[in-house]
Amino acid sequence: MSKPRLLNRPEDAAPLERDLLVRMHDLMVKARVLEERLIQMYKQGHGYFWIGGPGEEAFNVPLGLLMKKGQGPAYDYLHAHYRQSATLLALGEEPIGALRQMKNTASDPYSGGRNFAGHFSKREWNIAPVSSPIEVQYTMAPGTALAQKRHGGDGITIVTGGDAGTAEGDFASCLVWSSRPGMELPVLIIVTNNQWGISTPAGTQHGETHVADRGRAFNIRTKTIDGNDPINAWRELKEAMEYVRRERKPFLLEAMVSRLYGHSSASGANFVGGEQDCLARFEERLLNDGVLTREQMNSLRSRYTEEMAALARQVREEPLPGPETIWNHIYAERK
Amino acid sequence: MANMAQAIRMALHYAEENLGVTDIFGEDVGAPLGGVFTATQGLKTAWNTPLDERGIIGMAIGLAMAGQRPVAEIQFADYIYNTIDLLKIAGNTCWASHGDWNLPMVVKTPVGSGIRGSLYHSHSFDATATHIPGWKIVMPSNPLDAYGLMISACQELNPVMYLEPKALLRIKGEERIPGEPEDDKSLSKLIDAPLGDRSQWKPQWPAELSAYAVPIGKGKVVRPGSHVTVVSYGRTLPLCKRAADELASSGVDAEVIDMRSLWPYDWELIKGSVEKTGRVLYVNEDTEVTNFGEHLVRRTVEELFYKLLAPPRLLAGKFVPGVGLADTLEMASVPQLGDITAAIRALASEQP
Ligand SMILES: Cc1ncc(C[n+]2csc(CCOP(=O)(O)OP(=O)(O)O)c2C)c(N)n1
Repeated sequence: MSKPRLLNRPEDAAPLERDLLVRMHDLMVKARVLEERLIQMYKQGHGYFWIGGPGEEAFNVPLGLLMKKGQGPAYDYLHAHYRQSATLLALGEEPIGALRQMKNTASDPYSGGRNFAGHFSKREWNIAPVSSPIEVQYTMAPGTALAQKRHGGDGITIVTGGDAGTAEGDFASCLVWSSRPGMELPVLIIVTNNQWGISTPAGTQHGETHVADRGRAFNIRTKTIDGNDPINAWRELKEAMEYVRRERKPFLLEAMVSRLYGHSSASGANFVGGEQDCLARFEERLLNDGVLTREQMNSLRSRYTEEMAALARQVREEPLPGPETIWNHIYAERK
Repeated sequence: MANMAQAIRMALHYAEENLGVTDIFGEDVGAPLGGVFTATQGLKTAWNTPLDERGIIGMAIGLAMAGQRPVAEIQFADYIYNTIDLLKIAGNTCWASHGDWNLPMVVKTPVGSGIRGSLYHSHSFDATATHIPGWKIVMPSNPLDAYGLMISACQELNPVMYLEPKALLRIKGEERIPGEPEDDKSLSKLIDAPLGDRSQWKPQWPAELSAYAVPIGKGKVVRPGSHVTVVSYGRTLPLCKRAADELASSGVDAEVIDMRSLWPYDWELIKGSVEKTGRVLYVNEDTEVTNFGEHLVRRTVEELFYKLLAPPRLLAGKFVPGVGLADTLEMASVPQLGDITAAIRALASEQP
C-alpha cells in the first residue's frame, strides 16, 4: 500500500525553465485579471452571479499546461468544477468566452447564455460540462477513464472538486469505481482544498487529517500538496499524471489552495484578508530570483486589465439569446 | 415465442453485434446471473458493478461522453431515486452545453407491481421519468415491442429510459420476433443459462435476428373500437385489452391504445381516437397524484373538450406510501382487471 506523502517545502522544488516560469506567471495574471473583471461585471449588473477561481491559479495553470489536449479517448478528459478558468486559459482558451458566459449572451461558447460563469464545456478539448451540483463529476470520471483504458495509449481522466464536496457519496463512488481490483482506472482524482464550504470551515465538518488519506483505504496512491506554489504544483502534477498515464491506475491528489474572494457573489465576492495570495507569493519569488522585474509584472497586469475591460465593453453590446432558443438542443439530432 | 426478458436479451445481443453497444452493466448484470430477471444473460459486454446506483448512472454518462454506447441497469426502479440529480444532468447535458455534448446512453430498469414485490420492488417510475426533460422514455407491454424498442433505444443519440414492466417479463408474446426460432423450447435451449454451474456455458444466439425497430414516439392501436378509447402502457395494457375483449359481448366496443413511448408520445394517435369515440380512459399503475395520466387528461381537456361526450378519466394506483405485500393489499392498491372493466363500462355508459 502506498503511503501518503505530505506537503513538501517550497525550497525542495527544483526551479523550472525560465520560459515556463514566465509563461505560468503570464497565465496566472491573465486568469486573475479575468476573474477580477468577471466580479466587476457582476457588481455593475452585467451578470447575475459570479463564482470562480481567484486564489487557485497556482494549481490550475500548471494543470492546464500539463494536460494532453484534444478530442476523444486518446486525449485527457477534464471533469472540472467551477473554479477553473485558469485551467481553461492555460489550455489556450480565449478569455472572452468567460465574459460572454457571465453576460449570458447568445455568443456564450459554453452554454449559449444558459449557464453560470465558470461553467465551462468544450467537447473539442474533452472538457465535460461543469454542472452546478457539487461532486457529480466524480461519478462520471470513471466512465471516461474506462473508455480510455480500453482505448489504450496514455490519455487520462482528470476530475477536480472542492474539499467540502468530498462528503458527497459521489466522491466515494469515484474511489470505489476507479480502484476495483484488476480493473483500476486511469483517473487523476483531484481535490482543491480551500478549507471552506461556502461559510463552513472544513475543520468543523471533516474528521480526516487529510482528504487524501481516504485514498489509502482503496490502495490508491495519494498525496497532499501545497497548491499555492506553481512550481511545486507543476512538479507534483507532472509526477502524478505520469503515474496515471503509465500505470493506468488512479491517483488522489489533494492541493491546498486559497479562496481570495470568498465563495461567490452570494457572499459578496470581496477580497478577503488572511488567505495566502499565490500570485503575490510567486511574484515575490520571480523578483528575488531575477526572473522578472516588478515593472515587467506591473505592466503585464495593466495590459491584461485594459484588454479585459475592452472585451467586457464589447460583450456588453452583444445580444442575449432569442427566447425561441429555449427549444434548441433539447435533443441531439442525426445530421 | 420469446418472453420479454428473452426478447430484451436478444435485442441487446443484436445491439452488441451491430449497433455499437459497448457495455451492459449494473448490479448482478454480468455472469453468473445475467440480471435478476435474466435479461442480460450470456451477453458478451455484460459486467457486474459495485452496489452503487449513482456510480452506475455516472459511469454511463462518462462512457457516453467518451464515445462508447452504454446500457446501464438499475436493478429495480425503486432504487433509482438516489440517482435523480444525475438523471437530470444526463437529460440536460445537450441543452446546457448548447448542443456541444450528447449522451447516447440507455438506462433500463424494471418497474411496477405484479410480482408480490411488497413496499419496494413495486414502484412505478413513469411520473418521475416524464418529469425529467431531455430523456426519451419507453415502456413495452409485449416481447416484440420490447425487442423493437430496445433496438431503437440503442440507436439513439440521446439518453433513453427503458422501463420494463416486471409483471410481464416472463410472459410469452403472441407475435414472433423476426429471427427467433419456431418453437419456444429450442429458443430456451439456445439462450437460457442452465441452472447450477454456468461457468462454461455460452449462449447460441439465433443467427437471423434483425434490426426490427419500434420507433420511439409511436403508439399502437391494439384493439380497434368505436365507443370509448382506453390508453395504457406496460403491465396494465394487456389488462385493458382483456377488459375490452370481455366487454365486447355486452355491447361496449373499446379501442385500446398502447402508448409504448411515454416521451415523446403519440398524441396524434390518441387524439384521432378520442375524436372518434368522444370518451377516453387513461390507465396506469403509478400513484394517482401528479400522475403522467393527469398530464394526458389535461391535454385532452384543453385540446379536445368540444369533442368529448364525457369527462376524460384516469384509473391509476392509489396514493398510498407503498404496495403492501398481502395479496389483498396489492390488489387494492393498483388497477386490476375488474377495476379496468368497471371503469370502461362506467365511462361508456356515462350520460351528462
Ligand atoms: C449537491 C449540491 N449541494 C449544495 C450545493 C450548494 N453549494 C454550492 S458551492 C458549495 C460549497 C462547496 O464547497 P467545496 O466543495 O469545498 O468547493 P469550493 O466551492 O470551496 O471550491 C455548496 C454547498 C450544490 N451546488 N450542490
